[in-house]
Amino acid sequence: MSFVVELDQVQRVFEGPPAVEALQATDLYIKKNEYIAIVGPSGSGKSTLLHLLGLLDSPSSGTYYLNGIDTSALSERERAGMRATAIGFVFQSFHLLSHRTNVENVMLAEVYKPGSSKNRKQRAVDALEQVGLGHRLNAYPTTLSGGERQRVAVARALVGKPSLLLADEPTGNLDTRTGEQILSLFDDLHEAGLTLAVITHDDEVSQRAQRQIHIRDGVVTSLETSG
Amino acid sequence: MLEDDDFQRSEDVVEIEIAQPATPVATSALTFRDLFSEMSIALTSRPGRTLLTAMGTILGVAALVATLGLAKTAGNQIVSRFDELEATQVKVEPQQQRGFGEQQQTSVIPWDSEDRLTRLNGVRSAGIFSSVNVSDSVRSVPVDDPLDESEFQIPVQAVSPGFFDAARSSLATGRFFDEGHSERNDSVVVLGPEAAERLQITRVDNTPAIFIGDKPFTVIGILADTAREPSILNALLIPNGVARQTYELQAPAEVLIDVEVGAAELIGTQAATALSPGEPDKLRVAVPTSPKRLKEDVASDVNALFLVLGGISLLVGAIGIANVTLVSVLERTGEIGLRRALGATRRHVAAQFLGESVALGILAGILGASLGVITIVVVSATRQWSPVLETWLPFAAPAVGALTGLLAGTYPAWKAASIEPIAALRSSS
Repeated sequence: MSFVVELDQVQRVFEGPPAVEALQATDLYIKKNEYIAIVGPSGSGKSTLLHLLGLLDSPSSGTYYLNGIDTSALSERERAGMRATAIGFVFQSFHLLSHRTNVENVMLAEVYKPGSSKNRKQRAVDALEQVGLGHRLNAYPTTLSGGERQRVAVARALVGKPSLLLADEPTGNLDTRTGEQILSLFDDLHEAGLTLAVITHDDEVSQRAQRQIHIRDGVVTSLETSG
Repeated sequence: MLEDDDFQRSEDVVEIEIAQPATPVATSALTFRDLFSEMSIALTSRPGRTLLTAMGTILGVAALVATLGLAKTAGNQIVSRFDELEATQVKVEPQQQRGFGEQQQTSVIPWDSEDRLTRLNGVRSAGIFSSVNVSDSVRSVPVDDPLDESEFQIPVQAVSPGFFDAARSSLATGRFFDEGHSERNDSVVVLGPEAAERLQITRVDNTPAIFIGDKPFTVIGILADTAREPSILNALLIPNGVARQTYELQAPAEVLIDVEVGAAELIGTQAATALSPGEPDKLRVAVPTSPKRLKEDVASDVNALFLVLGGISLLVGAIGIANVTLVSVLERTGEIGLRRALGATRRHVAAQFLGESVALGILAGILGASLGVITIVVVSATRQWSPVLETWLPFAAPAVGALTGLLAGTYPAWKAASIEPIAALRSSS
């Protein structure tokens, strides 16, 4: 069994004063093609965990292996390179550029990925078709509904064929119905072999995952396996 | 559970040590083509805003180009109008000395000035001339008739033969006197046309005579016109010899030199020494303003003021770019966070914002240069000048614009690079 993510006694302390231990020393493993939910109230440290997993932040101590690579030994450029190649992000507020078409927004994901200029547009089109937006390729995000926008964002996260899809409150800005569409899209992607980590405070969202990781006050309290 | 974890971890460490060399980590990269396309999308997505941002720089560059071009155009214009007659004339006269009246007469200009100067390379002709102090009136008839209106006070000037050439005088009739007349102290006279008219002498073939006081002079020539020293048109011109003997002329008053075009400045430096090797300081040499100096004067006058104005508006333009870029960095915080999440390093973010402001500067430089050139052409057209433009100027303008953009973009780019992706991604833009 190969692991996409392995956290070995990873701890994150924000230097004070007063110093805040946002994440206490944690061991965490995410297997390939696993679908996990990281659940916790706001301020629990789940965003910290997300940023650590997404290589946007570095642990104060401990080691984070992504795809078996010790990320603490990497340079800033290599960490950025791993963000470009191994991780796909989906955000609560979509973060789409309003002056670019959907295809251009999806293509943006590969701008910083080395050797990716060939067929970039075709991959973007494919990714949009995969999320069911093949008919809105050249529309601008401002003309889309919230659910459609989030699907463009998912397409952007998928286009680089990441090892891990990190979603931060993906349904937080959506109503129940469109949120449900995103969640079933995640189910499909999981079926297709993608590894997903979804951060949420919503139990309905977390129940869709195979496994829930609860986090409170910087402590990962349960690592239960469901299904 | 714990044991299980420990076991798995240690097993994985082994696995990693084997796996790591096989999977080298790709560093994130931004190709120049991608950077260029990102920049151009950012600049063209809001063309109105881009244009307004660049406006200050456009005007600054336009002011600089128009200033330099118009100074050049105007300078050339003045030079092309430059008077050839003026440019080839050098005059030498004694320094005005403070002291007693008699001493002032001790001029250092020698009587053989003509010989000394014509030996200089670049001198076409030279002549000395002096006013002769004659109290007697001039008559054309020997009889002293109180009822007759034929007596005049006409100025008398003693000149050397070369003077006629140096003054570019032409004869209506007769001839000029020569060195022989002067050496023999011949009483001959050449009349200016106005003087001839007053004395009612129109021809010289019957050797008319005039009287200065009681002394008769033979009229040997009448001038038609003169290009220089128009005062001789109404004068009697006599040789130096008779002037010295009869009227006790002490020394020549002035030297007039006709030089080759472009030689005026050189002769100006040599004439005083040639005339008075011992005391060149006692001579004052009047040289025409040289075309070169004239051009420089005009250019520097016009330039100094407008270059300062152009510089100020360029500075304002730079502040404008810096300001708007800084605002757009704040506006695009979310985008910056997103780009970092997608694999951009701080350098990539800085490069993009710096690139955008440099591109904006280059754009402003091109537009400004065009505007400046149009200004030059329009002004030239209304003044009927021929527009003159340094060829490097339209090419230097985008470079100036680029530099402006670079300076303006440095701080915003640094600001953009220092944005933390975590904070940026939380902001909901």
